[in-house]
Amino acid sequence: MSPLPTQIGALARRSVMRTARQPASAIPPLLFPVALMLLNSGGLKASTLLPGFPTDSFLAFALAVPFIQGALFSTMNAGTDLARDIQTGFFSRLSLTPVRGSALLAGQIAGIVVLGVLQAIFYITTGLILGVRFAAGPAGIALLLLYAALVAVGFGALGSFLALRTGSGEAIQGFFPVLFVFLFISSMNTPRNLIAVDWFRFLASVNPVSYLIECVRSLIITGWDAQALALGFGFAVALAVVSLIAASWALAQRMERT
Amino acid sequence: MTHDNSIVVENLVREYRKGPRAVDGIDLRVESGEIYGFLGPNGAGKSTTVLMLTTLLPPTSGSALVGGYDVATQGPKVRSVIGAALQEAALDPLLTGRDHLKLQTMLQAIPKAERKPRQEELLERVGLTEAADRKVRGYSGGMKRRLDLALALVHRPSILFLDEPTTGLDPQSRTALWEEVARLAREDNVTVFLTTQYLEEADVLAGRVGIIDHGKIVAEGTPAELKAEIGRPSMHVIPCREEDRPRITGLMERFGESIGSERDLAVRLREGVGLADVIRAMDAEGIVVDDVEMRAPTLDDVFLEKTGRTLEGAASGSDPAGP
Repeated sequence: MSPLPTQIGALARRSVMRTARQPASAIPPLLFPVALMLLNSGGLKASTLLPGFPTDSFLAFALAVPFIQGALFSTMNAGTDLARDIQTGFFSRLSLTPVRGSALLAGQIAGIVVLGVLQAIFYITTGLILGVRFAAGPAGIALLLLYAALVAVGFGALGSFLALRTGSGEAIQGFFPVLFVFLFISSMNTPRNLIAVDWFRFLASVNPVSYLIECVRSLIITGWDAQALALGFGFAVALAVVSLIAASWALAQRMERT
Repeated sequence: MTHDNSIVVENLVREYRKGPRAVDGIDLRVESGEIYGFLGPNGAGKSTTVLMLTTLLPPTSGSALVGGYDVATQGPKVRSVIGAALQEAALDPLLTGRDHLKLQTMLQAIPKAERKPRQEELLERVGLTEAADRKVRGYSGGMKRRLDLALALVHRPSILFLDEPTTGLDPQSRTALWEEVARLAREDNVTVFLTTQYLEEADVLAGRVGIIDHGKIVAEGTPAELKAEIGRPSMHVIPCREEDRPRITGLMERFGESIGSERDLAVRLREGVGLADVIRAMDAEGIVVDDVEMRAPTLDDVFLEKTGRTLEGAASGSDPAGP
């Protein structure tokens, strides 16, 4: 049997174990997005009165945001962990084993995917407890978990790329606000068609994060919206492909081994 | 496992972009089961050499065969026969010792049935059985180094690279590590390539020593051979009164060349001169001293002779490849 699955599994297990043993970095990706969602739900509840607002529950509308916000947090944590491995020499230790570069990357990202799916389960459970009903039903929830895994691959590979390029945890942390800007100039708090300010509506419309959020939102509020799903999955796949290519290139640069 | 445990290096060079020539055409040969001490100050090129020999850094030119495999073109084969504990114990503070070994046995593709026994065997060997389930962040420096060594041995390598394995360790931990390394070479015929800044370490452990300075090997041989090259012993005197220093220095220089030391006054005695000659001369001039000592040549003397500096004095700057 090829050792590849064992090696990927071992690296993914380590990634998950590390997160589980660092509550200080494991908890914020779970609690902070939920806290922000609850805050927004309270403060922006009146938005649901706007003509054309897609639901009368702002909580249902806002529940999509933690999925993407949590993925961003995980990206940063995973990237920081990988950068630390490079700084401490642990990466060199891994490079001395027969592990292929692709397995190193796959193991790292597999760990992020596991955590991403666990986060998604947490957000879904929170939503259900708070009374949100998923319009797409159980099949929609299953698809949402698949989508969370796909988004985790994209953001995980992005974090890995940044770590491999910079080799510095501090540089990754410094990049975090930049990614958050994309979140805030999206349709996270208002449907794009209801954004009154032209320049903001334009930025939200060209921002892929809007479509990532709207895909989740469609499964919660609308049901099976083919266009939203196609755009969401399309951008998620594109992000995953581009990030994986970039991370693989950065890995080859970083891993000078012969 | 290959039967060729040797390391053969010819004219190996590593140049960094916009940087210095960290390794400048070195040649060396390490035989199977030998412990080779690679001695030099920070920045001399030790770590860069190890990185090239362990395939983590491609050489700019020259060749190196490790276990019979070319480091430039047969990286995976080289890695299959070597183990390495690189500078600073590269461990994950959040994992336990056992977690590390479990991960390493899986990454080294050890068959499933053999993994656990191998983990236990290695924990036992490095004396970490009781601490196996503690997170590494709670380990002492010595424990980390021992775990590092255990990880390097997981796949039973025939060649072991240890990059400054005892730096920062207390004497007890250092001795324990020396014993284990010596046992590996003696009983398991493992070839050990050991870099160190500690002369004593090279003297005690290594069958042969290479001294590297500014990327070049400036001396090579057994510690005894290298010391014999120096040949003459040195005499060290601690004056009773500070004001006598110049007078004693002048007197001692009549018997050999000064090898200045901050703590004491020292000369390398000329051929045919003995301790009694110097003592008699001091007596005749009424010089009283606190202590007089004759010392056989050490590797530090060898280093001084070959580089013009003491190892301690040369230890400035850092190896471009090293942390």
